[in-house]
Amino acid sequence: MSGHVHRDDLGSRLGMWLFLVTEIVLFGGLFIGYSYMRYKYPAEFHHGGAELNATLGVTNTLVLLTSSLTVVLAIVAIQRAEKKRALAFLGTTLALGLTFLVIKSFEWGAKFHHGLYPNSPHLATLPPGEQVFFGLYFTMTGLHGVHVVVGLAVLSVMFWWVATDRVRQDRYIHLENSGLYWHLVDVIWIFLLPLFYLAA
Amino acid sequence: MNETLHSPDHHPYSLDEPHVEHPGYGTFIKVWAALVVLTFCLVGLSHVSQSYAVWGLLTLTPLKAGLVFYYFMHLKYEGSLFKIVILVTLGTLLIFFALLFSDVAFH
Repeated sequence: MSGHVHRDDLGSRLGMWLFLVTEIVLFGGLFIGYSYMRYKYPAEFHHGGAELNATLGVTNTLVLLTSSLTVVLAIVAIQRAEKKRALAFLGTTLALGLTFLVIKSFEWGAKFHHGLYPNSPHLATLPPGEQVFFGLYFTMTGLHGVHVVVGLAVLSVMFWWVATDRVRQDRYIHLENSGLYWHLVDVIWIFLLPLFYLAA
Repeated sequence: MNETLHSPDHHPYSLDEPHVEHPGYGTFIKVWAALVVLTFCLVGLSHVSQSYAVWGLLTLTPLKAGLVFYYFMHLKYEGSLFKIVILVTLGTLLIFFALLFSDVAFH
């Protein structure tokens, strides 16, 4: 144990998890709100779900699931001191995260084109239940999208740190914690898919 | 040297947490495959009928989330403290959910 540096990886991970549980409560509150509104307006939610593009929703699910896999594989690679492989996995994650955002922007773009966006005149003509559905849709997928952007920014830094050996075999807690954040973003999407895209 | 490298029970950082060998690539690829299959099951169920879709939502979705938490987020390899933190959070949300719907039931 030459050059021992005092650090507490367990404490770091616990701190990250404590932050993540606040995120779970944040989205959990929205999910509870969703379930009450769906209970109140079942037909309108069914109709609203039919307007969403399920194919794009499922495609984005596969994209995010795969990006989650590549993050965790990057950690395995770092544990084995396979730097090039770790960079390749992280690069793939970044590309998949960007793909998610591009698909999302096409999807939202189509909705905007049809006059469906927050506070739009067309939305105001829809029944109250559908207004609630699209309100929740834009709020929840929008808040999730912000998390994807933040996750990509953090993972870009991790890519840089792996490349410059700041993250390496004997010190990869930052990569592990960034991965935890990315996985949580994936878990939230796992719930958003059936709640919105498969609601019809 | 062999002792420190090959004895998982006496890892220098292990504190009181159980220390497990790092899982390899294969474990995570299998979990990913399971997640993809479950996603297609969920989509399939949503095409059968509304009640199947709701049951799929209530069973397969938490199962998928559980797989991500347990394997990808390494909860399987963490000590009980981490699991307690998550369970307390989910329990709190469940209480909020139950309180809301107990109120709704009497309106």
